[in-house]
Amino acid sequence: MATANNDLRHTNGHAKYKVIGTRPVRHDGVDKVTGRARYGADIHPSGMLYGVVLRSPHAHARIRSIDTSKAASTPGVRAIVTNKDLLDPGNRMVELGEGAVNLRHLNHNVLAADKVYYRGHAVACVAADSIHIAEQAAALICVDYEVLPCVTDVQAAMDPKAPLLHADLFTEELGKIGTKPSNIAKHFRFEKGDVAAGFSKAKFVVEREFKTSTVHQGYIEPHNATALWNPDGHITVWCSTQGSFTVRQQVAELVGVPISHVKVVPMEIGGGFGGKIRVYLEPIAAVLSRKTGAPVKVVMSRADVFEATGPTPGSYMKVKLGVDAAGLITAGEAQIAFEAGGFPGSPVGAAAMCVFACYEVPNGKIDGYDVVVNRPQMSAYRAPGATQAAFAMETVIDEVCEQLQIDPLEFRLKNAAKEGTRRVDGPVFPRIGMYEATLAARDSAHYKTPLTGKHRGRGVASGFWFNIGLKSCCTATVNADGSVSLVEGSTDIGGSRTSIAMQLAETLGIRAEDVVPAVVDTDSVGYTDVTGGSRVTFATGWAAYEAARDIQRQLINRAAQIWERKTEELTYQDGGVSGPNGLRMTFQELAAEVQKHGEPVVGRGAVDPEGCGGAFATHVVDVEVDAETGKVEILRYTATQDVGTAIHPSYVEGQIQGGAVQGIGWALNEEYFYDAQGVMRNSTFLDYRMPTALDLPMIDPVIVEVPNPGHPYGVRGVGEVPIVPPPAAIANAIYRAVGVRMQELPMSPPRVLKQILAAIHTSSPRH
Amino acid sequence: MAKKRVVSTTINGKSIELLCEPRQTLLEVLRDNLDLTGTKEGCSNGNCGACTVLMNGRPVVSCLVLAMEAEGASLETIEGVAQGGDLDPIQQAFLENAALQCGICTPGFIMSTKALLTENPNPTEQEARFYLAGNLCRCTGYDKIIRAVLDSAQRRQAALAAERQHS
Ligand code: FES
Ligand code: FES
Repeated sequence: MATANNDLRHTNGHAKYKVIGTRPVRHDGVDKVTGRARYGADIHPSGMLYGVVLRSPHAHARIRSIDTSKAASTPGVRAIVTNKDLLDPGNRMVELGEGAVNLRHLNHNVLAADKVYYRGHAVACVAADSIHIAEQAAALICVDYEVLPCVTDVQAAMDPKAPLLHADLFTEELGKIGTKPSNIAKHFRFEKGDVAAGFSKAKFVVEREFKTSTVHQGYIEPHNATALWNPDGHITVWCSTQGSFTVRQQVAELVGVPISHVKVVPMEIGGGFGGKIRVYLEPIAAVLSRKTGAPVKVVMSRADVFEATGPTPGSYMKVKLGVDAAGLITAGEAQIAFEAGGFPGSPVGAAAMCVFACYEVPNGKIDGYDVVVNRPQMSAYRAPGATQAAFAMETVIDEVCEQLQIDPLEFRLKNAAKEGTRRVDGPVFPRIGMYEATLAARDSAHYKTPLTGKHRGRGVASGFWFNIGLKSCCTATVNADGSVSLVEGSTDIGGSRTSIAMQLAETLGIRAEDVVPAVVDTDSVGYTDVTGGSRVTFATGWAAYEAARDIQRQLINRAAQIWERKTEELTYQDGGVSGPNGLRMTFQELAAEVQKHGEPVVGRGAVDPEGCGGAFATHVVDVEVDAETGKVEILRYTATQDVGTAIHPSYVEGQIQGGAVQGIGWALNEEYFYDAQGVMRNSTFLDYRMPTALDLPMIDPVIVEVPNPGHPYGVRGVGEVPIVPPPAAIANAIYRAVGVRMQELPMSPPRVLKQILAAIHTSSPRH
Repeated sequence: MAKKRVVSTTINGKSIELLCEPRQTLLEVLRDNLDLTGTKEGCSNGNCGACTVLMNGRPVVSCLVLAMEAEGASLETIEGVAQGGDLDPIQQAFLENAALQCGICTPGFIMSTKALLTENPNPTEQEARFYLAGNLCRCTGYDKIIRAVLDSAQRRQAALAAERQHS
């Protein structure tokens, strides 16, 4: 299983930089290996009550009435809340950073109003002295449901005869609102060039249909929230979130107070991947606290997490690609329909923008459909939408390559999007690294080593994700001992305290260890958007760079006073201020000096950068298929990616490896099983089968650095794109191994076996 | 509510008596009654390994152990792994190999690794993967964790060798 690894652990440093490119131990590391780090569920303010949410047993039902009297009279029960205790924020959209939400839908998702739209939909919540009392009491709440027929499949839901979820949902059809209620919330289209003319120039045209299952982000830490509503109307919320400021906004809207009355304290967060942006429990804990006057904590069970949070959409897709005799793409067409869950708003828009983005597609047409179904409200998951789209596009390309008899990486190099390429949805690429990432895959030791053995095959696939910028703030205080205290608002999910601190250190010419980073609450730092969209090292790192530049300017002023020189004569370089005639003070000397006289030196950075660079990845995978059972084993895996500049290479590799493995899980095992009643049948980690250490080989990351011209240190986002190529790469490998084309995810043993048996029946298999 | 019971047990070398309800799991008592929140809860049904502690030297998922079963036992949690202000070589190896991202799985992995290295001081990669298959990590893809585990084994061997030379 073990393979040669392009282990970069011992490369130290970057030719251009002193701190960037090194691998310091992360600042929060000791807290996290000793168990001292406090995650959301770890706090116990004195007098705390426990909340338990009552959830719908039905996938689709009208709530006739809710009787809480029995539950309320249970000894130890302090309060019960339902949707009536939330404020109706009206029919308005707000941007959450990785997708917008309608506030009324958010309100109805937090606690169901007149209807439940999926099994597990929250209906009421009990606060009691102990978790066990709260559980017992929740079971005593009587909800009178009128059960309605349900629809959980995206294609079935698009049928005009399907059960309707929302009587007031009319399709937004290419910008116009329809007149008949429908489960199709939206149909949109992107177009470029002349598609018919493009296909007429093609020598080969391949068109295929695909289906993918709903999958969950699968973070190990369940959602949690603790809230205290003070009698002065100020609310404190402790929770594990990707964005404390977005929680502040959502809570304020749903409970009806100004944002300045909500303080969100971001605790350490045990994974998010896009699933911890939307609020579920925070407003509930807040209104329970208002009713009881005590802090209230609500934590989800694992089943709640599966049934009622985050998953990312299953899909139905059709992709058609035309290629000329020279192997150049002439036209592409895609139809992509995504499950939105109980309320509109799937990431189908992003899927449509990504589907052809790796390539120069001169003529293209992409149709997207956002469809409500009786499943939980879908959320972002690491490059939301891009993985499904790549599964379709990248396997079609593999078929095209087979017809053309061209190496699939050569095809990708030939057609790679580059600076100046216009995507079908409009934007023109700046300098990007699709070509370089693919070249690195072609030149990798892995790709150059022939694969031999029965039922073994090698597959490749590429992927794209935009990355985002958004707002970030930092404050940096110079301490007399030559260190800097760095205050930031980006919750740290995977080592970002360090990647941000390193950019500050680089700019000031000090060591990463001389920076003391702290992630603080919403009252203590400027507005900062979510940890998502691969933006933190890019944008918050940029804010830290600006804060460092601010410190540089202030230190130059102070040195000018000390030396009685003009500031224009002085420069900040190599970790200190230099002036004429060999005048020189190091950062440490200045830090000590400024402490003695005059005002403290505090740098500030506040940014909203444009110019985030898109990320491209190309993966190579070897598999062995057990032709008797259909089980696929990953033998070797190499993931190349253009990261712009790798600030902390270990954590860049970690993102690549972790993303690739989530993609492997999505490819091979993970899926939501619903029965005919719309009940999820596998809401445990035993049955929702995520990869374990035993399922995998080492994952070999290859870092490619095409600096992003839109960032002071060339950073692109890193975290999301590595999840995009795996399902397609593995599908292509399975084909090379056993001659069957998989067009449905996951490619679990029964599905693969079915295809193998079908192939045996219809023709003689390839091998 | 059943009457609370007294349980006498040893946690991280300290003997204690605690009061708990018969239905409380060891995980709940560690976290809620004793504020030992380094032991994490990911699923409460034995599938994720985040709640792993050592009970009489053997790894158990504390969400599937009743607190009352700890009567007379010797327990070790993540809070007891670092000794006298020094990190254990396993903890050091996890840090230096960047074997954690969000870190929620880390305490469980460290406890399981401790048990593994006691049983098998020099595991192969495959043995490590097999032993740790009950601990889920969603962030890292396990690559750096497995490297940290193999590195821990070497560090421990080196530390033992140094100790032997000393005595
Ligand atoms: S919490 Fe015990 S195994 Fe998951
Ligand atoms: S580091 Fe996040 S689950 Fe392992």
